[in-house]
Amino acid sequence: MPASAKRANAPSAELLEKLFRTAYKIRVFETEGIKLYRQGLIRGYFHPYLGQEGIATGVCAALSEGDIIASTHRGHGHCIAWGADVKKMVAELLQKESGYCRGYGGSMHIADISKGNLGANGIVGAGTPLGVGAALANQIKGNDAVTVTFSSDGGSNNGTFLESLNLAAIWNLSYVLVIENNHYAVSTRIEDSTREPDLYKRGLAIGVESHQVDGNDPLAVYHLMRDAVQKCREGKGPILIEAKTFRHMGHHVNDPGKYMPEKELAHYKERDPVDRARNALTEMTGIDKSQIDAIEEAIRKEFDDAVEFSKASREITLAEFQQFIDSY
Amino acid sequence: MYRDALREAIDEEMAANPLVFIIGEGIAERGGSYKVTEGLLGKYGPKRVRDTPIAEAGMIGVGVGAAIAGARPIVEILYVDFAMLGMDMLVNQAAKFRLMTGGNGRVPFIMRTQGGTGGGVAAQHSQSLEAMFYHVPGLKVVIPSQPADAKGLLKYALRQQDPVIFLEHKHLYMTKGPVPEGELVIEFGKADIKRPGKDVTIIAWSNMVPRALEAAAKLAEEGIEAEVLDPRTLVPLDKEAILASVAKTNRVVIVQEAVRRGGVASDICSIIQEEAFYSLDAPVEIVAGLNIPVPFNLELEKASVPQVPDIIAAARRTLHLQPRALAAQ
Repeated sequence: MPASAKRANAPSAELLEKLFRTAYKIRVFETEGIKLYRQGLIRGYFHPYLGQEGIATGVCAALSEGDIIASTHRGHGHCIAWGADVKKMVAELLQKESGYCRGYGGSMHIADISKGNLGANGIVGAGTPLGVGAALANQIKGNDAVTVTFSSDGGSNNGTFLESLNLAAIWNLSYVLVIENNHYAVSTRIEDSTREPDLYKRGLAIGVESHQVDGNDPLAVYHLMRDAVQKCREGKGPILIEAKTFRHMGHHVNDPGKYMPEKELAHYKERDPVDRARNALTEMTGIDKSQIDAIEEAIRKEFDDAVEFSKASREITLAEFQQFIDSY
Repeated sequence: MYRDALREAIDEEMAANPLVFIIGEGIAERGGSYKVTEGLLGKYGPKRVRDTPIAEAGMIGVGVGAAIAGARPIVEILYVDFAMLGMDMLVNQAAKFRLMTGGNGRVPFIMRTQGGTGGGVAAQHSQSLEAMFYHVPGLKVVIPSQPADAKGLLKYALRQQDPVIFLEHKHLYMTKGPVPEGELVIEFGKADIKRPGKDVTIIAWSNMVPRALEAAAKLAEEGIEAEVLDPRTLVPLDKEAILASVAKTNRVVIVQEAVRRGGVASDICSIIQEEAFYSLDAPVEIVAGLNIPVPFNLELEKASVPQVPDIIAAARRTLHLQPRALAAQ
């Protein structure tokens, strides 16, 4: 490769900063969110994305306005990477009227339809057919938007995985299925769920271009996704991406995750996606520590402000609830 | 014919709205098992009229996703029995999306399918499953008995914003009936009196409507004037029309082909006893399918679902012309 081409392909400082900001923002959201949960301010379920930040960060950085994402029950990271308003996310978790779903949905159902976020989903694997459907809608409309479903090793063992990815394939849809392989379906190992734990091979079996990537490397995810998006816009979709990763804790906040081997956890923590985004930014741009600190400080403040905003917000009233009672 | 009326509705709405499309098994080149989509592929092309693999959960889910993203899908499922494969997408996704998103998301999705007994197609191709969908808040349940209703209700379904379970009946596709010329749109939640009468109200839907009408004609020979009321949509249900008819006749027979246990008839009965108790001159009669899977043997199939004499006997019981059957031992 000539030196000029290599330079052209090198990540820009702007991109590197964006990747770090996103990954760090997810980390803060989840870490601080768990504290709010422990304080009893957040009720219901809370499935942290800790350890998997590199995937949503890299994938969403390669998308543009007009594209669509469908998420999972572990969806906070996807929302943030997609550019969601942290205020409205926290407000939703605190069941306030100012939340994305006005307090009707909660952690597992945050959605922003008008901005192309079809939402998190309480049913593992359900985002796959919904995402393929959105890609079909775009094909009917005749635009070049790309739809991405974030799914998982757990979701890939659901029947709709094959059914809907196959539909995307026969109809050449502009669709990317991202399998976040964190090795566990709740507590069951992927090796106990399938004889072939390299899940990208399932796409190959039905004629779908498929790749595997280190999900803890935001830049690698971004580069692969950028190419996938390009191919989709050229009508060469769908594409499957398997991103290997590992949760930093159990399935949800009240699952200690004792079944996760310490050695393996340590291996992935050494390859922490947020650290890698930070290192890439500092090493490739020469940005100094004070600037990094300033970025981190601003993100933490954004979260604190969101908590204050949410605490000050009101809950939906029973009178407003009547709107749904009457129309259902 | 009923199937032509359905085709007209789809055709007219596809012509009017480029976001309307239809997917299903064998619906494109073949025109569908019941010929509802015949000719649409030639007219609208393979982008908007698509065959699918046999993958009900996938195709229903893809339809729901397309609706959320702003298109107007019609998903044709060959038999309502097969819709059971896609229940997650209907029950957990489509039905709940509007509320879960605080009203921001809408799902203008239509699943067209057909049910009912059909002359020896056995237990997995004969069910009447409207109660399954009726039970789930968020789904509209439409169940037309006549060609004009089929057309008008399907056109309305394609213009409103909520997921619709559109239940046809395999025995009705070839039935004839007048369909008015020009624009025909029938709003949901409006029952239709298929035959006026003053002595007893027979509430029936789908293929039980022609049977109720036949029963009413026979009852008329005895001087009994039965009113046949077809709700046309079970969700929303036209309670006002039902209560008005009960107030007039003071006697009610509810007929459903579906099994009796946990059925829509029982729910309508509960509404009547709650809101029209003092209008009733006799206990509400329910004529329903037996609580069993439908057998293949034709005589047994016939014995499993309501027949005209069953409806006549029930009507006579409400008029105290026939003793009530003793409860089963």
